[in-house]
Amino acid sequence: MEPMLLHFDVDGNDFTLAGETSSKVKKMLTKLGFDPAMIRRTAIAMYEGEINMVIHANGGTIDVEVTPEKIVARLKDTGPGIADLEKAMTEGYSTATNQVRELGFGAGMGLPNMKKYTDDMQIETEIGKGTCVTLTILAGTQN
Amino acid sequence: MTVKDLQEAIGASLACGSAGLSKELSGCYIGDLLSLAMSKVQEKNVWITIQTNINIAAVATLTEAGCILLCEGFSPDENTAEKAEAEEIPILCSELSAYELAGKLTELGI
Repeated sequence: MEPMLLHFDVDGNDFTLAGETSSKVKKMLTKLGFDPAMIRRTAIAMYEGEINMVIHANGGTIDVEVTPEKIVARLKDTGPGIADLEKAMTEGYSTATNQVRELGFGAGMGLPNMKKYTDDMQIETEIGKGTCVTLTILAGTQN
Repeated sequence: MTVKDLQEAIGASLACGSAGLSKELSGCYIGDLLSLAMSKVQEKNVWITIQTNINIAAVATLTEAGCILLCEGFSPDENTAEKAEAEEIPILCSELSAYELAGKLTELGI
């Protein structure tokens, strides 16, 4: 089967739209009959990624490749880049503003959650250029 | 127990999402950190929180929560209510604290 390719733009100015892409992908995967646990892992990881793009990077794009064996999501932004990747991967470390924290985010769980719920996560980041996070969720793994 | 049953049993008001009142409920999660809620709320759960912004609708949709229960007299922001209505997620509002509500939910066997 040819992979199904989906493309989404994430609006960085509108916090109210954060989660739209994850919701759309979740609904689509449900229609396609994917395992609910796999869909849940995909939705959680993508949602965290979307929120990160809105909070830190003024939006970006998400490309999703769907095959029966795996789901690969590439989240690309042209934001500030991640200065200290090791710190960013530490639970509890966050550079989010107080305003964002008041909304219930910025607990420093975004990237750790994304890693936790996926089978593979690759991050390419360059200061001043942007970040690309590639998430892979495999069928049949419990993670 | 359905969302409607819960609403009546605890005397909560319904802010939006009447289309989802017949959903069956099981289990509960209490918390206001959305990243944590995102990973902890399970399908059919009652999610007790004081967060009222639109992102709670997204979290409830993605986790397939049974309903959101706002405690301490909070009510959803206008755009939150609109989004939850569209996604058929009932949002109940109660004057009680999360602790009091947890006690009631336990008594109800949720």
